[in-house]
Amino acid sequence: MSERKIVIPGEVIVSGSEYLPGEWTEKKGEEIIANRFGLAEEQDRLVKIIPISGAYQPRRGNVVIGEVVNMLSNGWFLDIDTPENAFLSLSEVPRYVNRGELNEVMDMHEIVVAKIFNIGKRGIDMTIRGHGLGKIEGGMIIKVNSNKVPRIIGKEGSMINLIKENTNCNITVGQNGIIWIKGDKVEDELHAKRAIEFITENFFKEGLTEKVKEWFGGNKE
Amino acid sequence: MDTGKLNADKIKQSLAEGKRFDGRKPEEFRKLIIEKNVSKKAEGSVRVRLGKTEVIVGVKMAVGTPYEDSANQGNLMVTAELLPLSSPRIELGKPGFSAIEVGRVVDRGIRESKLIDLEKLCIKEGEKVWTVFVDIYSINDDGNLLDAAGIGALAALKIAKVPKYDEENGKILYGEADRDLPLNDVNPIPVTVHKIGGFLIVDPTLEEEDVSETRVTIGGSEETISSMQKSESASLTREELEKAVEIAKGQWGELFKKVEKLI
Amino acid sequence: MAEGYVRKDGRKNDELRSPIKADVGVVPNADGSAMFQIGKTIAIAAVYGPKKMHPQHSQDPEKGTLRCTYNMNSFSVEDRIRPGPSRRSTEISKITEWALNPVVMLEKYPNEVVDVHINIIQADAGTRCAGINAAAMALADAGIPMKELVSSISVGKMDKTLVLDLDKFEDSEFEDGEGSTDIPITFTHSGEITHIQLDGKISSEQLKEVVEMAKGACDKIYEIQKEALKKSLMAGEGEK
Repeated sequence: MSERKIVIPGEVIVSGSEYLPGEWTEKKGEEIIANRFGLAEEQDRLVKIIPISGAYQPRRGNVVIGEVVNMLSNGWFLDIDTPENAFLSLSEVPRYVNRGELNEVMDMHEIVVAKIFNIGKRGIDMTIRGHGLGKIEGGMIIKVNSNKVPRIIGKEGSMINLIKENTNCNITVGQNGIIWIKGDKVEDELHAKRAIEFITENFFKEGLTEKVKEWFGGNKE
Repeated sequence: MDTGKLNADKIKQSLAEGKRFDGRKPEEFRKLIIEKNVSKKAEGSVRVRLGKTEVIVGVKMAVGTPYEDSANQGNLMVTAELLPLSSPRIELGKPGFSAIEVGRVVDRGIRESKLIDLEKLCIKEGEKVWTVFVDIYSINDDGNLLDAAGIGALAALKIAKVPKYDEENGKILYGEADRDLPLNDVNPIPVTVHKIGGFLIVDPTLEEEDVSETRVTIGGSEETISSMQKSESASLTREELEKAVEIAKGQWGELFKKVEKLI
Repeated sequence: MAEGYVRKDGRKNDELRSPIKADVGVVPNADGSAMFQIGKTIAIAAVYGPKKMHPQHSQDPEKGTLRCTYNMNSFSVEDRIRPGPSRRSTEISKITEWALNPVVMLEKYPNEVVDVHINIIQADAGTRCAGINAAAMALADAGIPMKELVSSISVGKMDKTLVLDLDKFEDSEFEDGEGSTDIPITFTHSGEITHIQLDGKISSEQLKEVVEMAKGACDKIYEIQKEALKKSLMAGEGEK
């Protein structure tokens, strides 16, 4: 199978005993069948579907942005846009925190960049031990469909760097589709926001990086 | 995660510079699109889009008995339903507009402005009159459902036709239009003005609505205010109220032009 | 097949109404949404989920739950329907859930729920089928894992003649001879029946013909659903 193609549930992607069913596909006889609407792609005989819509699938190692929605004596519950809230334990903060002063480290409704270090039966466990993780302040939060994140980041960060350079903003893109934009001026932050909106609206088009460069060219504020 | 509340400070900062996130000025409405006859069994129906907010409004008519204190007048009933399909918040019962508020505010605007000539809807005094039902459904909530509903109700009534009525057999001949709905020459349009961080704006997106401290809906046309309702808990200074009224008056004409194009 | 009944709108007995239109992504707030129109019947569906299910006691610890609601706009029909749920809409909600359940794969979402909301904008018979067609597209659009799509159509028997896709007259007003029998059916693309109802009378022989006719029609509807889904990606408009 040479090119990626858009498939709907139930569609036969490829046929042949040499193919193996990857994510969101199943094998019936010789046929690999799609189990989700998305982009089917084959690599080394493994056929999988890249979702282009739908809920965020949390994965170990994902760096996401969340909001504190509850606090216990031993940690914080974060809303990271999954059905079950994630838990950040006291022990996963790179400094000593007294039980009872959790809110001084992070209070209700504050925003944090955190990493998923475990997904188990009890739920999702988060950590902020690590470079670039921790509470964030100021700036602007926007939400996009998590499936569009790879496009917003671009190959080796090419797309997101393009936006950062053209708007003078610091941008953290959470794998869960929550994005934090921080610039010196609100104008710049809004500029970055619109650039990201442009990308999500033209998500499927060819030569998107070029289009974004053009967009910046004609949109200097 | 609702970004509105998280971005509250930014939204206010932006307003202080006279800007909104989508580039609009504080007194600017989003793109307004009105389509007519989207539901053909209705006596009149429209789809209203304000940016991404969408509502569908339909007018149905039926024959019934008049109220005792208005024996020679037809009846008006305005209902709104905030459909769960229009927003993930509806089922959670999150605060915002209630369907009852939307229904009542739009009703007031239409009733008090005397848009419909209810006496011309009398078939037999004391016995038979037409009832006009205006039903509003939200299809996508991206803020300001109330104004979209009000614009929709006005537009639907403007294009509605009274069906033929077979008096002998007491049968309504739906689908056979007899005449236009009898209307007076007024164009009540509700404009809701919101206060955010000391600034007044109109037509908020959902994000802006989430940080709105208080709002006042002012309905009317040209120089006449026919309805007013303030909701939510913060207060308005007298200057703010006056300014809100001026803003609303400034919008009625513009918005009505769009409705007029339909007819 | 007995001759005799001639369709008022000039259609052949095995002809679907027109236009048939489908569009995906009509409700920006939803995780997935679609519109399906056949003749004068128009339905929209919006999907939210998977998300946490409330109340807790309704949760299924083994897999996610599919929950459907069907609602007709008051002005979608000639005689206004009072807004709010009715026994009919409650029944159709359940039927819709049963029609979709066999193809959705919710094992990965224990204790969660996928909500499907259907709204009928304009009704001219066949509303439950239009709703199911819209819902199937909306579920796919929302990225819900599914074995395949389902497609739905109504077959009717007018006196003794079998016809496809009843309109309002055929469904409610035709009374000649044996009257009208209405048979809405939902098929998976691979040919399994996930929903069938019948109001009237029919022989088991004719029923076989009915099922045959329905599958042919559902295949056509499937092509339209597939095209609408694929086209929605190329449009590149709007954001979910």
